[in-house]
Amino acid sequence: MFGDYSIGDLGSIFVMQGFAGLILFSVYVLMALGLAIIFGQMGVINMAHGEFMILGAYVTWMTSNFFQAYLPGLFAGYFFLAMILAFIASGALGMLVEWALIRHLYKRPLDTLLATWGLSLILQQAYRSIFGAREVGVELPQWMLGSLHVSDSIEVPINGIFVMALTVLITIAVAYVMYLSRWGRQVRAVVQNRIMAGAVGINTEKVDRYTFALGCGIAGVAGSAFTMIGSTGPTSGQLYIVDTFLVVVFGGAASLLGTIASAFSISQTQSTLEFFLSGSMAKVLTLLAVVGILMLRPQGLFALKVRK
Amino acid sequence: MLIGHQPKEFLLSVEALTVSFDGFKAVNDLSFYVEENEIRVIIGPNGAGKTTVLDLICGKTKATSGSIQFRGQELTRLKENQIVQAGVGRKFQTPSIYDDLTVFENLEISFPRGRTVFGALTFTRDAVVRDRVHEVAEMIFLKDRLNVNAELLSHGQKQWLEIGMLLIQDPELLMLDEPVAGMSVSERAKTAELLNRIIKDRSVLVIEHDMKFVEDIAHKVTVLHQGQILSEGTMEHVQKDPKVIEVYLGH
Amino acid sequence: MTENRFVNRSELIGILLLAAFLVVILPLCLDVFRLNLVAKYLTYAFVALGLVVCWGYCGILSLGQGVFFGLGGYCMAMFLKLEASSVENTKIQSTPGIPDFMDWNQITALPAFWQPFHSLTFTVFAIILVPGLFAFIIGAAMFKRRVGGTYFAIITQAVAAILTILIVGQQGYTGGINGMTDLRTLKGWDIRPDHAKIVLYFFEVGLLFVCIFIAQFIRHSKLGRILVAMREKEDRVRFSGYSVANFKIFAFCVAAMFAAVGGAMFALNVGFMSPSFVGIVPSIEMVIYTAVGGRLSILGAICGTLLVNFAKTSLSESFPELWLFGLGGLFITVVLAFPNGLAGIWTDYVAPRIAGLFTSRKSKSGDGWAEKPVADGAPAE
Repeated sequence: MFGDYSIGDLGSIFVMQGFAGLILFSVYVLMALGLAIIFGQMGVINMAHGEFMILGAYVTWMTSNFFQAYLPGLFAGYFFLAMILAFIASGALGMLVEWALIRHLYKRPLDTLLATWGLSLILQQAYRSIFGAREVGVELPQWMLGSLHVSDSIEVPINGIFVMALTVLITIAVAYVMYLSRWGRQVRAVVQNRIMAGAVGINTEKVDRYTFALGCGIAGVAGSAFTMIGSTGPTSGQLYIVDTFLVVVFGGAASLLGTIASAFSISQTQSTLEFFLSGSMAKVLTLLAVVGILMLRPQGLFALKVRK
Repeated sequence: MLIGHQPKEFLLSVEALTVSFDGFKAVNDLSFYVEENEIRVIIGPNGAGKTTVLDLICGKTKATSGSIQFRGQELTRLKENQIVQAGVGRKFQTPSIYDDLTVFENLEISFPRGRTVFGALTFTRDAVVRDRVHEVAEMIFLKDRLNVNAELLSHGQKQWLEIGMLLIQDPELLMLDEPVAGMSVSERAKTAELLNRIIKDRSVLVIEHDMKFVEDIAHKVTVLHQGQILSEGTMEHVQKDPKVIEVYLGH
Repeated sequence: MTENRFVNRSELIGILLLAAFLVVILPLCLDVFRLNLVAKYLTYAFVALGLVVCWGYCGILSLGQGVFFGLGGYCMAMFLKLEASSVENTKIQSTPGIPDFMDWNQITALPAFWQPFHSLTFTVFAIILVPGLFAFIIGAAMFKRRVGGTYFAIITQAVAAILTILIVGQQGYTGGINGMTDLRTLKGWDIRPDHAKIVLYFFEVGLLFVCIFIAQFIRHSKLGRILVAMREKEDRVRFSGYSVANFKIFAFCVAAMFAAVGGAMFALNVGFMSPSFVGIVPSIEMVIYTAVGGRLSILGAICGTLLVNFAKTSLSESFPELWLFGLGGLFITVVLAFPNGLAGIWTDYVAPRIAGLFTSRKSKSGDGWAEKPVADGAPAE
């Protein structure tokens, strides 16, 4: 397997594949963060999560087109506005969905799964009707193109670095909101004991709605970031949904740190394998390993033993 | 230590039993022994580990260390259904019955035959089963409600049904978690009568808060506090124990 | 308590009506092309039937039934493909006697795992046993560790994804994304002409009724009652001396085998098999059929399958855009408002009206579980 490469080449390969893995890692983390909040904290399985992400991607695409047409001077910075718009759009849709659908199904988690899948079908068709079936790509501003030369054989694309920096920022923000803010405490209180939380004056319905909206909003930002490294089509979201659920479950559903660790190990395994095997076999082996480990350790990597 | 101290004469020997949940020891180095045909009541304040002890014996919770011997069999190594088959029956705190099935079907499922997949597939409702179900139904005051769906029963009747489901299993050790909680006065009296009838020829381990009820039925009382035994003996002995008075009966 | 082992009266009437509809009315009213479409829909009815057993009765939602449908279908297709790839038929290939897609992928000898599929007996056993064994392994690994509910659903979905990627990726061995096409004869009997389609249709309906009777038998045995009991109070069943995991494994394996029979019939009736019937989307669609028909009702699930597929074919022919909106909307409505599907609507709204017409109001007991509110699967631990 390694025979044809010199040690220097191998080193570069590992760095390059490692970096490709880091970009995949960023996508996983961004998607999984929203899901970890919704699934881990609320126990809701949102099969339409990918479609919320794609909504963010389309919002970014529209913003970029708008800037190109009307504000070409500010094009270099359109992305920051696009991200905020993506967050708002996906979050608002999330709030609507929670109100119309999810809140009726909190006691039936398997049915939530089915209902949100129905929702994902509707959203996919809506995107197809509005934006067309073809994948769309976002025009990147000049400063995001190109790459940094680290050495002769190692090049690091700037958009990749930007996505990773974004991931780190969003992760820190989510960690702050969930673990340090008063609101995060309320969310966790509701998760642990809904009745008690209601009794001490927390508006549980409101907490549910905003938690769900936050998870969806983060998915929107993920979609926005996603446009910088790939193109967007109506069904792009579905490609990632199973992987993302595996990331969350593998990490131990309620643990933010676990989600990040599992996203890292899964993405690195996959991108490293991808170099030596065909893409599909790398994916098969990675998923098999994850499913196999989950069968041996169903509670995921990070889970507490609790008294029931 | 008591280990090896003629363990054969006891039906159940719990020795040095410990369970810890992430460092918190809900049951801590607990040892006690139950004889054949003995009625043992476990009392103690909330969080003393009473229900956890029953969970440990019936296999619902796995022990961190220690041993539970039942007729010479080590229960900590068995699965829940194997423990039941060894002769231990358990009633839960809240009535745990099958709402969607009739009273008859509830009792029939507990009948100790056809417990494997294949056995259940080929199980037939023959005269032996029917007679036994009718017999138990009469004992638990539900004879005329056999074809009613269990969800339509009153709270007390549900408790009786679950006791009946245990009865039809015919266990050698019967464990009851607060059998009279939430019952009316008349139901309570009826339950005491029922329990007094069914405890013949078997050992019983009961958790109960109702002191009047405990006095009526207990041979021996074990007081748990913070996962450890605070006192053990007859009701009279326990009631006089100053340690018990301090933590439990005193206020 | 003298009850028939398999059916009670209202179920018997339902089954007879279904039989009359499938065996007499449809063949008389439809041309061969439409009848073959019904045959295709009915292959999904096998899957729906399996889902009633494992999801409806036992509360285990599998989002990977396409895996078993696919395994059954591919086993059948491998046999048919080998028969269609005789040395005579494949003279123009660089290696005659192997399936065409292998030749295109520069494979020069038949792989070892293909060899036994020369035998029809082996194939028939494989159709049942390969998916059954696979389900047993997944079930044993998951249920023995008390994994259930949403976790199980996600894992089965991942398995469906893995198998699809594997089939598509290994095109030399599986035919890849196009699948195994151009299936021709079964032991020399051509499966393509009209009269063969009609024979296959009746054979399939026969098999469906065999499966219905197996499901009825399970439901009316003590095992059926234990499954319901487990869905409600898993712990109580465990502490009545049953190995809960074994019963779940059983239900899951039965569902897998039903799906596999459906898959095999698909390969025969439609004449090809491809990964697009294995993955996540078809697996969830099969769950939709069951949900729409009624997850607790054997007949409901079959009717649901037929209805949704009729709707799909007619709507997607004329309004392809509307179809996905319709399917998604239908699914949400059913889950939100009618968790017991059409069968639930029947027992809750229609049947009482009909009963009201005949004034003697008998007690509504014994009508089975279809009238009970749906209990969701056991929560994941």
